[in-house]
Amino acid sequence: MGERRKKKKRVIPGFGLSIGITVTMLGLIVVIPLCSLILFSAQLSLPGFIETVTRPRVLSSYLVSFQTALAAAVVDAVMGLIIAWVLVRYDFPGKAVMNGIIELPFALPTAVAGIALTHLTTTNGWVGGFFDRMFGIRIAYTRLGITVALIFIGIPFVVRSVCPVLEKIDLQYEEAANILGANSRQTLFRVILPEITPALLAGFTMSFARGLGEYGSVVFIAGNMPYETEIAPLMIMSELQEFDYASATSIALVMLLTAFVILLANAAIQSRNSKIVSGIS
Amino acid sequence: MEIRKNSGVLKWALIGISAVFLTVMLILPLIYVMYTAFEEGIGVFLAAVTDEYALKAIGLTVRVTVLTVIINTVFGIFASWCITRFSFPGKKVISALIDLPLTVSPIIAGLIYVLTFGRQSILYPYLQGAGIKIIFAVPGIVLATIFVTFPFISREIIPVLNAQGTDEEEAAALMGAGGFTIFRRITLPHIKWALLYGIVLCTARAMGEFGAVSVLSGHLRGKTNTMPLYIELLYQGYDFTGAFAVSAILVLMAVVILVLRSVLEYKGAKSGEQAHK
Repeated sequence: MGERRKKKKRVIPGFGLSIGITVTMLGLIVVIPLCSLILFSAQLSLPGFIETVTRPRVLSSYLVSFQTALAAAVVDAVMGLIIAWVLVRYDFPGKAVMNGIIELPFALPTAVAGIALTHLTTTNGWVGGFFDRMFGIRIAYTRLGITVALIFIGIPFVVRSVCPVLEKIDLQYEEAANILGANSRQTLFRVILPEITPALLAGFTMSFARGLGEYGSVVFIAGNMPYETEIAPLMIMSELQEFDYASATSIALVMLLTAFVILLANAAIQSRNSKIVSGIS
Repeated sequence: MEIRKNSGVLKWALIGISAVFLTVMLILPLIYVMYTAFEEGIGVFLAAVTDEYALKAIGLTVRVTVLTVIINTVFGIFASWCITRFSFPGKKVISALIDLPLTVSPIIAGLIYVLTFGRQSILYPYLQGAGIKIIFAVPGIVLATIFVTFPFISREIIPVLNAQGTDEEEAAALMGAGGFTIFRRITLPHIKWALLYGIVLCTARAMGEFGAVSVLSGHLRGKTNTMPLYIELLYQGYDFTGAFAVSAILVLMAVVILVLRSVLEYKGAKSGEQAHK
C-alpha cells in the first residue's frame, strides 16, 4: 500500500503548487486570525474573563441565544423532515418551485430577511396583526420573533441533510416490513426513522449551531432589550463598538467553545453514520 | 408500499403543511419586500436606488463579491485538487481548518480580524508604518467576506472529485500530459457543474454577508457601506421605502441565484448519471 501511494504522488502533477497555495491561503485567512485570537485570549486574566462572562446581562444573552436557537432547530427538524419527505416521496404540481425555494435562506441576504420578517410580524404587519388579533401573541421584538428568524435561517440545513438519505432508502425495506405484517406506523417508526435519524440529527445540529451565531436576521426582529431579547452575538458587537476587546473576546470564547462542542457531536454522529452505511454495503 | 397506498389523505395533508409553512416563512417575506419597495410608485423606487450613496453601496458590494468569488474559486480548485488527489500527513487537519469558518459566528469572524489587524495587534505598527489600512476599510470587508465563504467552493467540488477517482488523471499523466492539460481536459469537465454551483453559493453569501462585514466596516457612508449595511442604515433612519427598495435588488439577485442553482443541480445530476453509465 505504502509503495503504491508513493507512486500516486509522483504520477499526478501539481502537488507542490496546490498544497503551497492551499496552505498559504489557509494560513492567511484562517490560521493567523485564529492564532491572534488565541494570543489575545492568553493575555486575558482569568478573574477578568470569569467576571465578564458571568455578568447577568451576558448570562441572559447566552440563555436567549440558546433557548431561541434550540426552539428554532426543533421546529426546523420537524418541518424539515416533513418537507424532505414530501419532496422525495410525492409528486404534485409545484414541486419544482418548492424544491427551488427551500434554499432561499442561503441566497437571500440575512439583513433583507431580517427587515422583511420584522415588518411582517409587528402588530401592524400582515402576519403579526393576525396573530395579535386572533391569539394576542406578539412576534416581533420578542423571543418568539428571534425564533422565527432562526427558523427561517435553519430550515434548508435540515432539508438538505435529510433528502439524500431519504432518496437512498430502498422501497424494498418498506415492502419487506409490510409483508412481514408491519402497519404503516410501525414501518415509519421502526424502518424509516432509524435510517434517517443520523442525517436528521446532523441537520438539527447544523441549524442549531448556525442559530447560535446568527446576527444579521435576528438583530432587526429582536428589539434588543437587555435581559429580554439580547442575543450573545449582539453582546460581542456592543463590546466591540466600545472598543472593549477583552470583554468581546471573553464572550466570543464561550460561544466558540459551545460551537466546537456542537461540531464535535455532529462529527461523531457523522462518522458513526458512515460506519453503519459502509457496514451494510 | 402500504404507506403509499393508504396515504391519499396523509399525502395531501403533508404537502399542505409544507406548502403553508414555506409560503409564510419564505415566499411572504419576498412578496413583502417587493410590495413595499414599489408601494409608493416606481419613481420613488428608482430615486431610492439611484441615490448617490445607494449607487456607491451597490458598487462596493459588486467589487467585494467579484474579488471574493475569484479568490475563493482559485483557492477552492487548488485545495480540492490537493485534498482529493494526494495523500499526505496533516490532510485531515487541513480539511477541518477549511470547513472551520462554517461554524464560526459571523460576529466572531469579524472579531478575529479586528484582533489580527487592530490597534492592539503586534502587526499594527508595521501596517501603520506601511500606510496600510485594513480595519474599518475595504480590505477588511474583503477579508471577512473571503473568510465566511472560504469553504463554499471546495465543499462542492471535493465530493465529485472523490467519486470520480484518480484513474483518468493518472492515465493522462502517464501518457505525458502536463498538469494544466490534465486539469483542463479531464478534471474540469467532471467538476464543471459542481464548480459553478459553488460559485453561485459563494456569490449569494458574499453579496449578503452582514455580521462580519458590520464589525469591520466602520460604516462610512459612501466609502465602506456595502448594500446590506446601507439597508441597515436606511432602516434605522426609518426610511423603510428606501431600505426595501435596495432590498428589492438583493431579492431579485436571490431569485436569479435560486433559478441558477436549480439549473445547475439538474445539469450536475444529468452529467453524474452519464458518468455512471
